[in-house]
Amino acid sequence: MTAPAMPRNSSAVPLGLPRRLIEFTLDGQEVRVPEGSTILDACRAEGKDIPTLCEGDTLRPKNACRVCVVEVEGARTLAPACSRKAEAGMTVRTDTERARHSRKIVIELLASSVDLSTTPKVAEWIKEYDAKPDRFGPDAARLNEEPRVDNDLYVRDYDKCILCYKCVDACGDQWQNTFAISVVGRGFDARIAVEHDGPLTESACVYCGNCIEVCPTGALSFKSEFDMREAGTWDESQQTQTTTVCAYCGVGCNLTLHVQDNEIVKVTSPHDNPVTHGNLCIKGRFGYQHVQNRD
Amino acid sequence: MDLHFGDSKPTDEERAAIDALLGPPESAWEGASDRTDTDLRWARGGRAARERRDLLLPGLHAVNDRVGWISEGALDYLCRRLTVPPAEAYGVATFYSMFAVKPRPATVLHVCTDLACASRDSASLCAGLEARLGPAGTPSGAGVLWEKSPCLGLCERAPAALVIRAGAEPAAEMGPGKRLLGALSGGDPLPGERTRATAVIGPATVDSAILAATAPETAPEEPPAALAVPQAGQDGLVLLKNIGVVDPYDLDDYRSHGGYTALRTAFSIGPAGVIREVKDSGLVGRGGAAFPTGVKWQATASQPDHPHYLVCNADESEPGTFKDRVIMEGDPYALVESMTIAGYAIGARQGYLYLRGEYPRALERLTHAIEQARSRGLLGENIMGQGYDFDIEIRRGAGAYICGEETALFNSIEGYRGEPRSKPPFPVEKGLFGKPTVENNVETLVNVLPILTMGAQAFAAIGTEKSTGPKLFCVSGNVERPGIYELPFGATLGDLLELAGPPERLKAVLLGGAAGGFVRADELDIPLTFEGTREAGTTLGSGVVLALDDSVPLPRMLLRIAEFFRDESCGQCVPCRVGTVRQEETLHRIADRTGAAAAEDIALLREVGAAMKDASICGLGQTAWNAVESAIDRLGAYE
Repeated sequence: MTAPAMPRNSSAVPLGLPRRLIEFTLDGQEVRVPEGSTILDACRAEGKDIPTLCEGDTLRPKNACRVCVVEVEGARTLAPACSRKAEAGMTVRTDTERARHSRKIVIELLASSVDLSTTPKVAEWIKEYDAKPDRFGPDAARLNEEPRVDNDLYVRDYDKCILCYKCVDACGDQWQNTFAISVVGRGFDARIAVEHDGPLTESACVYCGNCIEVCPTGALSFKSEFDMREAGTWDESQQTQTTTVCAYCGVGCNLTLHVQDNEIVKVTSPHDNPVTHGNLCIKGRFGYQHVQNRD
Repeated sequence: MDLHFGDSKPTDEERAAIDALLGPPESAWEGASDRTDTDLRWARGGRAARERRDLLLPGLHAVNDRVGWISEGALDYLCRRLTVPPAEAYGVATFYSMFAVKPRPATVLHVCTDLACASRDSASLCAGLEARLGPAGTPSGAGVLWEKSPCLGLCERAPAALVIRAGAEPAAEMGPGKRLLGALSGGDPLPGERTRATAVIGPATVDSAILAATAPETAPEEPPAALAVPQAGQDGLVLLKNIGVVDPYDLDDYRSHGGYTALRTAFSIGPAGVIREVKDSGLVGRGGAAFPTGVKWQATASQPDHPHYLVCNADESEPGTFKDRVIMEGDPYALVESMTIAGYAIGARQGYLYLRGEYPRALERLTHAIEQARSRGLLGENIMGQGYDFDIEIRRGAGAYICGEETALFNSIEGYRGEPRSKPPFPVEKGLFGKPTVENNVETLVNVLPILTMGAQAFAAIGTEKSTGPKLFCVSGNVERPGIYELPFGATLGDLLELAGPPERLKAVLLGGAAGGFVRADELDIPLTFEGTREAGTTLGSGVVLALDDSVPLPRMLLRIAEFFRDESCGQCVPCRVGTVRQEETLHRIADRTGAAAAEDIALLREVGAAMKDASICGLGQTAWNAVESAIDRLGAYE
């Protein structure tokens, strides 16, 4: 018998009643997953890789990018693996021509309109799905956004934004409850913005940086990372990551310090931390300069 | 919730407009300008204000109606009143095309350039307006902004235009002949303030449009709704029998023509009896999806979670569709009565009527009808002494086709961006405010009246076995008598066009609107039933029948359809957000090409179209390529 898939967001200490297992067919194989699991949970438990962008391990699935679509037998349209719950007896195929076609087109549509140069894994997917973003021609509309540098802590480069809603969800009721950003406008002109589309410094932003933590494309980044990328000095192979405990207050949030050339270049937080789930406040996220003051 | 509000203050007009809707603020925490001692002792508002989030859209309307645009100060004040984060409210305000967040002239002239109007030469109208007022979207010296608009639902009077002048609500009695938007929030006018006015012009000329835009209150009266019904007054009509016969302002007249007998029947057979009748009648949804109405009602009625809600989807915006407008303008009490019956059947005490923002006359007549019904004990508490309480609230849309999608409509009412939700869960389980909800189209609901008065068996005997009852068709384009036609299911496309007077050189017919499909002029024997159109590989959709002769080139029509979907995509999912843009770009590229020169781009269209159909979240993206596909495959466009 195959081991049941661990539910996502599982804490280190399993809590609550054990969940009923349900059985369904995934790519011709009978699989069993705890009730409430998504198709994606089941795929991952089986070691299957499906591309995802808007899905986040610490957020409720938004189901906006549609790159994870799979074929559910009997359904008129494809289903997003990230948010469709597994149901007993359903038959799911992840690798049909139809599903692969839609994934390929989604990748092409994004790559032809958005700067995906800092999106992890996208180059692999383009190859795997034989995507050709150039075929929409040289005049294909792009976002054409300039990076917004309006504060010393982080940069919003919306030319890299795929509108996955993760930053909005992290800033809103799923984590931070600050509600500083929203999707504004409609359709292809929709963008992430603060109220009245002003600068961050005039908004409700509290600079916790939890939006940077969940951004899948690098549209949101530390000012330090943005400047180093501009200067051509950003080199992840030269970076070390050290997880430590934030010393500012008694909560004990974990910080992962990314260090290059003996300088902290950015701070993240482990998503599997059972208390903070990768979230920090402005002090933990950005208040590290005192560590490296040398005079 | 610790929200951050800006420092900008509302003007007196803006504050008056919002206070007229929400009442004066109770404390400085809610935006009152004077801070009192008690304000310093405790903060009020909070939770209670947050529960009024659904008043965000009405609040935005109140400001936009009065001032013509929504300033930072107005938005911030509204946010304080409702405890809504300003970023979210800004996201909502920028979602709707009828709102502006930048200053603009008080008068906006919306000129329809959609399919039916395009087939009646809206292009010349636009060219003339451009010569007189400058390019669309830029304010003219005359204090008028003219804009190209998606379908205004005035297809029988194409080319059509709508003038909306922002201002204070004039204190006037409602009643026949009143063209101003009645029953709006907005409060009393301040001294010397401009008053709000709307005017509908159709068919519009450059002169009549400009004249109406300069002085909407003196524009000629709109023709009666019956003028959109060429069959008006004929014997044998079921759904249209009252139109042109019953005074839409007179409840007694409605009752003397058999009104409210269906509700009486409903009370005598009980909720389960009503659902049984509706199920037995075989009624399916008329909004386009053709889902069995009785099944939906039963599923909602049996949900243990309460309250249950009834929502009437009157956000009629499929290009070429105007049947719901004609019903609401011509026979408003029929909709009020049928909503009451539906609410009774499913155990709802509150019904919402989500009305298209571009329908001023329907708003005014329905508001009047609901007030009359309430004052006569036909709405409100203890209806007809039967111990059943039910009321209807009208919520106005603000220019977003996507809000006709059932779950986007819920988000819109709740004060969020009108983006569709993922299904499951379905509305019967978690709908409006997360509660079990039935959402029905206007035409679907009014069908319930004949079901109860003539009985399910007699109703089911009309039409065909699988498509029962009468059906309304919106005939427009190059026909002699455009309008709403009622025919039993089973009549052919040819029968219908014969009634409307087909063009001499019929080239194609668009069935179901922009989300529908084209058929050829030699396919007039297609039976107009759900099963018949499906067998023929097309769709009935919402009942649009747009006849085209050869006066407008097909590629231009297709471009207009593509442009429509690009404009109306909510932007939530990638296949639709970017796919509709790529579709439009490709159609632009091949507008003048045929054969081999277009073949590669057509292959590209097919690939993008297949992904939109398969991978989009909602019906908008899933059908955005239907019409183009049918034009290529059926009509041989670009060959």
